[in-house]
Amino acid sequence: MTAYKWQVRMSGTGGQGIISGAIMLAQAALNDGFNAVQSQVYGPESRGGSTKSEIIIDDEDIFYLKVVCPNVVLLMSPEAYKKYGQDVLPGGMVLLDSSIAKEALPADALIYALPMIEAARTQVGNELVANTLALGALIALSDMISIKSMEEAITERFAAKPKVLDVNLRAFRLGVEMGMAAK
Amino acid sequence: MSKVKLIQGNVACALGALAAGADFYAGYPITPSTEIAEFMASRLPKIGGHFIQMEDEIASMGAIIGASAVGHKAFTATSGPGFSLMQELLGYAVITELPLVVVDVMRAGPSTGLPTLPSQSDVQQARWGTHGDHAIIAISPASVTETYFETIRAFNLAEKYRTPVVLLIDEKIGHLRERFDVPDDFVPKIINRKTVVDKKAQYVPYENTADLVPPFVPLGQGVHWHITGLTHDEKGFYSSNPQVVDKSIRRLSAKIEDNKKDICKLETVFTEDADILLVAYGSVSRTAQEALNQLRAEGIKVGLVRLITLWPFADEEIAKLLAGKKAVMVPEMNLGQIFKEVDRVARGVKVFAQSRVDGDLITPAEIVAKVKEVL
Repeated sequence: MTAYKWQVRMSGTGGQGIISGAIMLAQAALNDGFNAVQSQVYGPESRGGSTKSEIIIDDEDIFYLKVVCPNVVLLMSPEAYKKYGQDVLPGGMVLLDSSIAKEALPADALIYALPMIEAARTQVGNELVANTLALGALIALSDMISIKSMEEAITERFAAKPKVLDVNLRAFRLGVEMGMAAK
Repeated sequence: MSKVKLIQGNVACALGALAAGADFYAGYPITPSTEIAEFMASRLPKIGGHFIQMEDEIASMGAIIGASAVGHKAFTATSGPGFSLMQELLGYAVITELPLVVVDVMRAGPSTGLPTLPSQSDVQQARWGTHGDHAIIAISPASVTETYFETIRAFNLAEKYRTPVVLLIDEKIGHLRERFDVPDDFVPKIINRKTVVDKKAQYVPYENTADLVPPFVPLGQGVHWHITGLTHDEKGFYSSNPQVVDKSIRRLSAKIEDNKKDICKLETVFTEDADILLVAYGSVSRTAQEALNQLRAEGIKVGLVRLITLWPFADEEIAKLLAGKKAVMVPEMNLGQIFKEVDRVARGVKVFAQSRVDGDLITPAEIVAKVKEVL
């Protein structure tokens, strides 16, 4: 059984910034001194459809590139919830947007439902930053990596666009608060 | 300390090409290789190089062949369907002895197949896709960092042996993001094609030199020479003289097959005491390493031969590694394209194929189970 420290699966709908969020998470893990690999699965269509990205984080070399059974799962759409929410390891964590029903998730997982999409829309003013908000909540709930490294990774990704950076950092910090409160 | 970079395999390939001195790219975008074209389109114009988006892959090959003939380090990137279209002109580059690099980020075929999913099913196409007796060099990296270094090596080998080189990256590695272990101040060793010693002497473009690789003078720099896809003599003109043809065709293969020690590259993990060997390449070799770690932890003596150069095939070296083993397993994302090569050189050692062609990766658990079944 593969026993990498963090086997993270992030999933949602094409256009939600799932892969972008996954790249930032992997960069943040490297900033913290871990090894990390990030890959994704997507279909031939360019928009819509479900998107899945996987990130493996460990102290040692990472050989096999796919998550065998995730211990951290993010679900941002009903379709992702149906396809990718079921094989979480016992004791693993599932974070889902509270717009999604949660009856069918494994009973032995820690399940957190937070209104991430709504908070991005109403409190940050842009639904498109629900992905960075979700990163904040994920990190606060899991302690996978440091908040500092995550902020560095977000800053690096949007360095050329100060306004976009600002809204993403606000979303991330709100996500951290929401995660802390739910813990 | 420089910041740890997270880079995608395709981008590492583009960075490697730039580091190797590539200054000309012509291509037609295709999943899962497009990031290479995008990166070259953004970089080449800024450094005085040339980027052309062509109308198709046939024209792309034509453009890089022309660029190479006038002295550029040229390359293209594609995937299975585009690689099929490139085959005839790949043979043209072989017989005209023009250095270039073709990157094939492999997806599942035949035809348009599974555009976004990984595969290793172009391995034999790289070897025999173009018609006629010839040798080819093909390399398959297994990590983002290795993609960078092997792209540089691909350009160097193309220049050194005046030949096209195929870089076979599987989709999983092309789209993988991981740590990029190349220092900011890294300066690669660059090989440029050999030119004539005596510039005043008459240039013989296909001279039968002792090292089997004729010197090169770029077209358009004062020396006129003839280039043709027809079988030619040392001066480059058509010949059907049996002796000339025989010598020329044998030299084309020999310049690569006789230099396997320089071209072939593989890595071994715990092969010496192993009862059973895994032979793998590309992303599957990482799965094999994972399976090996699990099996060794259980006390099962497994070794790994990781092929980096696929063509020319390292017959003798692999035969030596296989000798005396109980069994050999070749996991790959195709129906046994390298398995058949391994089996050919195994000299009585039992070789098993482990194939997966459904667009998904072979898992460590599958390899572990198969090893236990075989033992």
